[in-house]
Amino acid sequence: MSARLLIRAAGPGVTIQDEGRLGLTRFGVTPAGPMDLGAYLAATRPVGARVGIEVSLGGAVFEAEGATLPVAIAGGAFDIRLDGRALPPACLLPLAPGSRLSLRAGLSGAWCYVALGARLALAPTLGSLAAHARSSLGPKPLAAGDALALDEVAEPPLEPLALSAPWLAPSDAPIRALLGPQEDYFTREAVETFLNARWRLGARSDRMAYRLDGPAIRHRRGHDIVSDGVAMGAIQIPGDGAPLALMADRQPTGGYPKLATVIGADLGRLAQLRPGNALSFRAVDWDAAVAARRAYFAAIEAGAQREPLCAGMTTESLLAENLVGGVVSAKD
Amino acid sequence: MEYVTPRFLDCGEAGLSVEFGDSVDPAINARVLALDDMLRAAPPPGLYETTPTYRALFLRYEPLEISRAALIQRVETLIADMGPASSGAPARRRWTLPCCYDPAVAEDIGEAAARLGLAEGELAALHAGAEYRAYMYGFAPGWCYLGGLPQALAIPRRASPRPPTPPGAMLIGGALALIAANPMPTGWYVVGRTPERMFAPERRPPVLVAPGDAIRFAPVDAAAFAALDARAASGETLARREDLQ
Repeated sequence: MSARLLIRAAGPGVTIQDEGRLGLTRFGVTPAGPMDLGAYLAATRPVGARVGIEVSLGGAVFEAEGATLPVAIAGGAFDIRLDGRALPPACLLPLAPGSRLSLRAGLSGAWCYVALGARLALAPTLGSLAAHARSSLGPKPLAAGDALALDEVAEPPLEPLALSAPWLAPSDAPIRALLGPQEDYFTREAVETFLNARWRLGARSDRMAYRLDGPAIRHRRGHDIVSDGVAMGAIQIPGDGAPLALMADRQPTGGYPKLATVIGADLGRLAQLRPGNALSFRAVDWDAAVAARRAYFAAIEAGAQREPLCAGMTTESLLAENLVGGVVSAKD
Repeated sequence: MEYVTPRFLDCGEAGLSVEFGDSVDPAINARVLALDDMLRAAPPPGLYETTPTYRALFLRYEPLEISRAALIQRVETLIADMGPASSGAPARRRWTLPCCYDPAVAEDIGEAAARLGLAEGELAALHAGAEYRAYMYGFAPGWCYLGGLPQALAIPRRASPRPPTPPGAMLIGGALALIAANPMPTGWYVVGRTPERMFAPERRPPVLVAPGDAIRFAPVDAAAFAALDARAASGETLARREDLQ
């Protein structure tokens, strides 16, 4: 059975992403992929999808054509509506032709993922469908008027269901990071300043890098290094002393010292911050980072629970329910 | 300078940088590439990607499958088998790439020549007369960083970036040269252009030149550039390859 997903509206930065164009950094190719891998997997796994749509704060409106589509949504606490009816920010739903599914920025969070129980009829570039705008690899950002051709449409659910994904619960806890690889380019005081400061996410933040507004971090031995490889979550300190957290669309190599690297279990939490949000960092060692990673991926592997929607709920109470209901696991 | 023993630097819990030195040096880069070859020939379970750069090899691994300690032990064993640092690190292959220095395509050659106090022709002759070493890819797809730029062509980078480079741009900046496959803004100078497709997503692998290879340039005029560009567009490989060992 074939069908189409019609894009009726899309803010800037609504892109198609899979797990990334992996294994090609040796050729200068950025992996791209989702900003929040945990949220991406929360949306894609319930419908068996290998690719999803990453919706930015600009929001998006979708309609189905030709078939009722199984759709799963997860990410930040976005305002999700099906024909005007409020749904929880993580949910599984049937999108029937003629229905209108809208996602708008909600109480918190910067990215939301939409996955379809269908195959996207798109040709991969270098083995991946991840969009990387800067290098023009992968599909172009989605815009109003676009349509995605689909086949192998799966059986949709009978009615909308809530998805409970505890690993997506918002938290004000410090973002955990491993010092290095170049913490020796900074004085002890500069490292302390970085760890003790209350930072704000800068306005000029995007899929490539999140700018951190706060005290300047001074280098001890210059701000140039011989370029080397860069992990997602690396905290790079350029010459002006204003830290940049390098995100999914980062360049694969860089020539500024990296003071610390955000641990895998907290990358999604960092990604979901909005410009203006406050954050702080806490240094952990390798063992603690791996323990947090194990707990995080074990929760993702266990999968999101499907729960019936309660009748008569307002958007606000649904959002509050999700926020409260989400805080159930202690991974620290 | 090459370190006595490599440094192992954490890049988060799933990334490890094996750093052999702190400078742009063929012998250090050869060590990086030798370790890269050995790990790719027999990757330990849990190691998913290696990224060679000038002086370090970046390892992306899954710490739930291989511990940091086990990965370091494996790398140390391989490095011990590598023996002492080879002094020469001779290239295994040499590529000759057509390169056009006509100001019509070499957009910044006049500006760069003026800054260097050279005539455009002198700059072109110096650039085309040298043999380069491909050190690494980075920054953008197919952007290939070269060492071996003649001293007389070392040029301070621009204070602010120029507009996106044309495809196949030959850049100089600092003491380095660079082949910029795809258009991007840059603080370097465009002093030539090759019609060769340095990066082609449909090709396997998507690049021709490997780190460690030697590169020479064969000057072509604007008319030849246009003809070669059309041939490259139809899928023909223009670069000539010699195997040296």
